[in-house]
Parts: sequence; C-alpha cells; structure tokens
Amino acid sequence: MSIIIDHVNYIYGEGTPLATKALNDICLTIPDGQFIGIIGHTGSGKSTLMQHLNGLAKATTGHIYFNGEDIYDSDYDMKKLRSKVGLVFQYPEHQLFEIDVFTDVCFGPKNLGLDRREVELRAYEALEKVGFPKELFYQSPFELSGGQKRRAAIAGVLAMEPEVLILDEPTAGLDPKGRDEILHQIKKLQKESGMTILLVSHSMEDVAEYVDRIIVMNKGSVMFDDTPREVFHHYKELEEVGLSAPQVTYIMHALREKGLNVDTDVTTIAEAAKEILKYYS
Amino acid sequence: MNIVKAENLTYEYIRRDEDGNVEGITTAVDDVSLRVKQGDFVAILGHNGSGKSTLAKHINAILSPTEGTVWVDGKDTRDEEEIWNIRQTAGMVFQNPDNQIIGQVVEEDVGFGPENIGVPTEEIWERVTESLRAVGMYQFRKYSPNKLSGGQKQRVSIAGVLAMHPKCIILDEPTAMLDPNGRKEVIRAVRGLNQVEGVTVILITHYMEEIIHADKVFVMDRGKIAMEGTPREIFSQVEKLKALRLDVPQVTLLAYNLQKKGVPLPDGILTTEEFVKALGL
Amino acid sequence: MLRDITLGQYYQTESVIHRLDPRVKLGGTLVFIISLFLFKNFWGFAVAAVFLGIVIGLSKVPFKFMVRGMKSILFLLLITVGFNLFLTQGTPIFTVWKLSVTWEGLRLALTMAVRLSLLIIGSSVMTLTTTPNNLTDGMERMLRPLKVFKVPVHEVAMMMSIALRFIPILLEETDKIMKAQIARGADFESGNLIRRAKALVPLLVPLFISAFRRANDLAMAMEARCYRGGEGRTKMKPLIYQKRDYLAYVCLAGYLAVSIGVGRLLPLGAVFYTF
Repeated sequence: MSIIIDHVNYIYGEGTPLATKALNDICLTIPDGQFIGIIGHTGSGKSTLMQHLNGLAKATTGHIYFNGEDIYDSDYDMKKLRSKVGLVFQYPEHQLFEIDVFTDVCFGPKNLGLDRREVELRAYEALEKVGFPKELFYQSPFELSGGQKRRAAIAGVLAMEPEVLILDEPTAGLDPKGRDEILHQIKKLQKESGMTILLVSHSMEDVAEYVDRIIVMNKGSVMFDDTPREVFHHYKELEEVGLSAPQVTYIMHALREKGLNVDTDVTTIAEAAKEILKYYS
Repeated sequence: MNIVKAENLTYEYIRRDEDGNVEGITTAVDDVSLRVKQGDFVAILGHNGSGKSTLAKHINAILSPTEGTVWVDGKDTRDEEEIWNIRQTAGMVFQNPDNQIIGQVVEEDVGFGPENIGVPTEEIWERVTESLRAVGMYQFRKYSPNKLSGGQKQRVSIAGVLAMHPKCIILDEPTAMLDPNGRKEVIRAVRGLNQVEGVTVILITHYMEEIIHADKVFVMDRGKIAMEGTPREIFSQVEKLKALRLDVPQVTLLAYNLQKKGVPLPDGILTTEEFVKALGL
Repeated sequence: MLRDITLGQYYQTESVIHRLDPRVKLGGTLVFIISLFLFKNFWGFAVAAVFLGIVIGLSKVPFKFMVRGMKSILFLLLITVGFNLFLTQGTPIFTVWKLSVTWEGLRLALTMAVRLSLLIIGSSVMTLTTTPNNLTDGMERMLRPLKVFKVPVHEVAMMMSIALRFIPILLEETDKIMKAQIARGADFESGNLIRRAKALVPLLVPLFISAFRRANDLAMAMEARCYRGGEGRTKMKPLIYQKRDYLAYVCLAGYLAVSIGVGRLLPLGAVFYTF
C-alpha cells in the first residue's frame, strides 16, 4: 500500500507557445503512514505535483501507481482515487458553501454515494478529529473565526476517509497559536489513524518540528529527499534556490564558528537546547 | 511630535441575526489610548480577532470611533471636512495584494492616488517614478499586476500609497498572504521607507521576526493594549506572549529555555549575534 | 494559463496605429462599419478592403493574428451565408431536394460574407492596437457630453476598467474552487441538465462570496486612496490630440468620401448589389 511516482513529466499548456515544463522526471515512493513535508518556493512545482497525486492534473508522460494500480489505466476509478487521496487546498475555507458546517462536511461523503447514516457518521467523526467544537456544528460556516473555518474545511476532506491526506499550506494566514493548533491536530491524526500526510509548507521551522521526511522541490525537480537533519545539512544549497534552514540551524553554525563544538545538524529548539547544555551546565 | 494620537478609543458594532434583530454588541476596540511619534517604526501585534485591524482602520478614517477620539497630524478623524487630508496623510496598505490594485499596468496603479487628489499630470509622473524607485519596482512599471509575485504586488501597493506623499503609512498584515521571500522583500521595502524617506510606519502583523527592528511595539488582546514597549521588552515576556496566542523568534525561545535550565542569559535576546555574545563566545 | 486570457487581445508592438488617440480609433471603427452598410456595389467593398489593408499594414500586427480572431466566428459566418444562399427567392441556378440556390441568393450571401468579414477584421484592428484601459479612457471622453443627461459616464468607465482587471483573477479563482470541489468528489460533467445546474451550486456560492469580498476590499482600498468619483480628478495619461490624430481624421474623411462615392454612385458592373 503506497504511492509510487514513476518518471513523471508534466508540461503546462502543451502545444502552445507558452508551454513550460512544470514537472521534470519525478520519481518518488510514498509509503504508508509517513509524515512528509514538501518545501520549495512559489512556482517550484510542489502544488502541481500534489494535484497529480489525486488525478486533478495528469502527467504528460510517466506513471503513478496507487496501491499497486496505475491510475492512468483507462478503467481506473478516478473518483475512488480522489476519496482515497484527500487534497486540502490553500485557504480551504474559500470552498465552504452550505448553510451550516455539518451539511458542508457531508458534501464529500455524499458524493461517494454513501447512505445518509454513514454520511452523517463520517461527518461527525471528521469534525471531531479536527477538534471542531460541537456547539458550532450547526452554525453558518461564514460566521466562524478563521481558525474554525479552516478546521471545518479540513474536516470536509477528512470525512471522505482518505488514506493519504495532502495539505497545501494549512496554516497560511493564521496567528502563531492557530498555526500550532492546526499542526498539532494533524500530527495527532497521523499518529492515531496511521494516515499518510503530505504537508506543503513555507515554514522551515514547522517542517523541522513535525515531519519525518522532507522533499525539496526546485524548478520542477526533486532537489533533496531525506530526513530534516540531512536536508537542512545542505542549508547553503537551499539558500541558493531561495529557501533556508530553521533559525536554530543557523544558531548552531554560528556557535560552531566561535569554537563551540556543537552538532550543527540540529533542526529543532529542543535538540539545540540539549546540545548547548552539554557545554553550559 | 505625535503623528497619531488616540484617546480612549472605543469601537463597537452591533451584531444582527438573519432577520436583522439585534443579537448583541461586540466591542472590537476597547478604550485604547496610544501615541505614535513622527518618524517612528511602530508595530502592532495581536492574534486574529484581537482588534488590531479595527484599530488600524481608525487611523485612516475608514472607521469612526464609537467613543473617544483619534487625531492624525492634529486633525480629528471624525471631522468630515478633513477626511481626505487625513487619508492622504496616513496611507494604508491592506492584506490581500490582489484586492487593492486598481490599475491594469503597474505605473497606472501607482498614479491612481495622485489622480484622486488632483495632482497635475507632470507631477504625477514624477511621483510615480520616485515611488516605484523607492520600493525597487521601477523596472516593472509597464507590467500587468497579474504577472507579478505576491511580494512584488505588495511593493506596488506601497508605492501607490507613497505617491500620495503621506507622513505615515499603516500596513495591515501586508505579509500574511506571502511566502517567506515575499515577506522579506516587503519588510525590506518598509524599513527603507522608514529610514530613507523618513515616513512613519505602523506595521500590523503576527510574524514576530518582522518587528525586531521596530522602535515601539504594542500588543493587542480583546480590543485592549495588553503590552507596550521596545521589541526587547516585549520578547522578554515569553510566557505572556504565548498566553496571548503569539510566539517569539526561535533564538529568543532557545535562550529562554536555556535560561530556565540555569544558563545565565539575559532576557529578550533578539538575534543570533546577541545570543552568541551572551554565551560568552 | 487562464490569467493570460484578456478581453480584446491587445497585441503589444510599436506602430502609428498603436499610438493614435483611442477616440480616433473608436470613431474610425464606427465610420468604417457604417460605410460597409452604405455600399450598393462591389467597388465600395473593394475600396474598404484596400483601406483596411493599409491600416493593418501600418499597425504591424501580423495578419495571422487577425484571422485567428475570425476562427471563433466562422461558424456564425457560415450560418449567415447558408441562410442567405438557400432562402432567398429569385431565379434558381440549381435545386437540391427542396432547397434552391438562386442568383439573388448567391449575390446576397457573398455580400454578407464580405461585409461581415470586413466588419470583424475592422473592429479587431481596434482592440488589437488599443489597451483596454486606453479604450475605456477614450469611451469616457467621447461619452462625456452625455453627462448633461445625468449618465454616470466616469463611473461606468471605472467599472469597466475594474471588471477588466478582475476577470483574469476571478477566472483563476473559478478554476481553483472547481478543483477543490472535485477533490471532494463533486462531479461537474455528468448527468442531465438539471443535475449539472445543481452541481454548480458548490462552485457558484463560494465564487460569489469571494467576488463580494473582493469588491468590498477594493472599495475600501479605493477610499483609502482618496477616490471620490470623477470630480476633481486629474489624469496621469490625459488624452490630448496630436498632429497625427488630426491627420488620421482627415484620412478617415477621405476614405468615407471615396468609398461612398465609389460604392453608391458608380454604376460599374454590379457583380454584387444589394437593396
């Protein structure tokens, strides 16, 4: 059970003078249950790649296998794929449309053709999973705060019970506490349900804190694919393509330069504190 | 001299249900008094819904106080006669770059404000040129705004305000929708305005890295000013900031954690250099 | 890319036609279209075609580009020609089943085809050589006399130019919302008409909400930048007639005189004639 991306190329606007190569020979394996961070600056192809995983965009050449089946086979059920690979777009609250939150969350499972009891059960569970307060279930989604709207929208995708959840910058526009809360909830979800999570993010600090593996995209290609430690080890190369490492990584390098023999591949505050305390206690 | 002065400013709005019956009254800004010195860089922090945007809209006379008074350059914002003078003196940049650019060509958009206040044609061109130069967007003057990145669009918006020759610019979360590179671009441009052009800047944000260079910081919570001081004074109170749904830069948090473990470090460390020095290296 | 679709399809290049005042181009297009309906014989169309050819040559817009614009209307053109060809009474040339092609029909169909083609190409020269903004400016100036009748000319022009700016943004937004709903299992493509119309609700509601939010934001941003209607506004790019514009008006008058003279008065062999 996994996703295999096999030599995928994607040319945008093929056959027109504006044709550009958006994805360039991507090969990746995404096993079950991983928490993966996808980083890359705007236009690096990360969003395009995510849209390939649930069939919203189709590779110009190459194959994608979901649980061993080629999703480009003519008899492959795309609708089923979309329920198995949930995609939460950036600012997902902009897609809310129903009169109340609960009905809106029902939209996804209803489209799967489930019976009413099952639909409502799934909607209920999904809202619980994202920590959405019960007293707001029957509120209009347009009267909620930014953070609650975001949760409701994520629940709308979770209610389809996907095996893989892709989130495109789920914390954009939220305040620091709101960002932490959403990421915590996602981490919890991944731990408890064993769901595979792909998190597209601009925040190196968040990625370092939460994920097991980082895929760095640049100009439509995979630049690095490794653990946070290994990826941020290449902070100089990341800077060259307009990315960076978490601030702690830079702090450790600064200390090392001044002669303190600390581990410079540290990526989180907790690790950094432990490392520095070796010399100051 | 104070460019902005608010005395006991309170703003309430009436919530209504679907039938238009009064449901209750929300106090978005609650008895706020503050002063902003001419030429200062002032930051206003606060979580979503803390009332910081409502406060900002009073300085540009978009909103009028329910109680209390706001003076901009000595003029009462409730004075209908002065409203256009006030808006020219205190320009405003908003969060969403797409929703504040009116022109279809960059230079035409920057010229929009001067056109509105009746600047003669030749002078409009001079102002447009110098404003676009000040934010480093002159080479894009003939571009369509749709072809620009988020950070570039925000810089065009800033130039549009600058072309009205304001004494003060209020930026309402100008970086909330941008990627890290866009954020850096915008903050660099804003600091340039303040230091080179001498324009008073009021920056509203919840990104803590952006306020390190501010002369003064106000933190808002539930419509009130909860904290006030220099960035260092503010960042010294890590726990209090967290209680207000905010955070601190990683280096500040790391120093704070080490301090708790007994490493002798001063409060409110803002940069990596300070941190390295404070460790005695 | 959806963002590249712009109304009017302005073609960026440097030419005399591009530099002309938009009022000249608007007026010229109007005169040209009217002239097409005044001709009584083939020679009028010949003069019009030559005139248009010269203008296209001066505009430096590749002819290919103009024809591309024609493609979408080709269908309409064919229908018009077909109707005229088969449904005009007169002396039959030949008959297929119940439909007969007549001499009169053939003449009428050919006239219509030539007239429509010239009309479409003629007006596309205007949109190809004038930026939408410039065009709105020109319209605002030309319609200014209507202000006497309380027509909000400035406001209408401002609305048009804002609409032009937001069309690509809203198109992209539509694409985004559509994808997001497809990801939630929405189906926009199958079912009968009623089902399809119903399926649009999850697309249209968010789209309207977004459009209203944008409108609200924009209104606030415009007010913050001291916009208060057309009163007391100056122009960054005011429309001022240059020598070349007066010259263009003279050429236009010349064209009108010659084409009407030839098209209506010359009794030369009426290969085409109408009404």
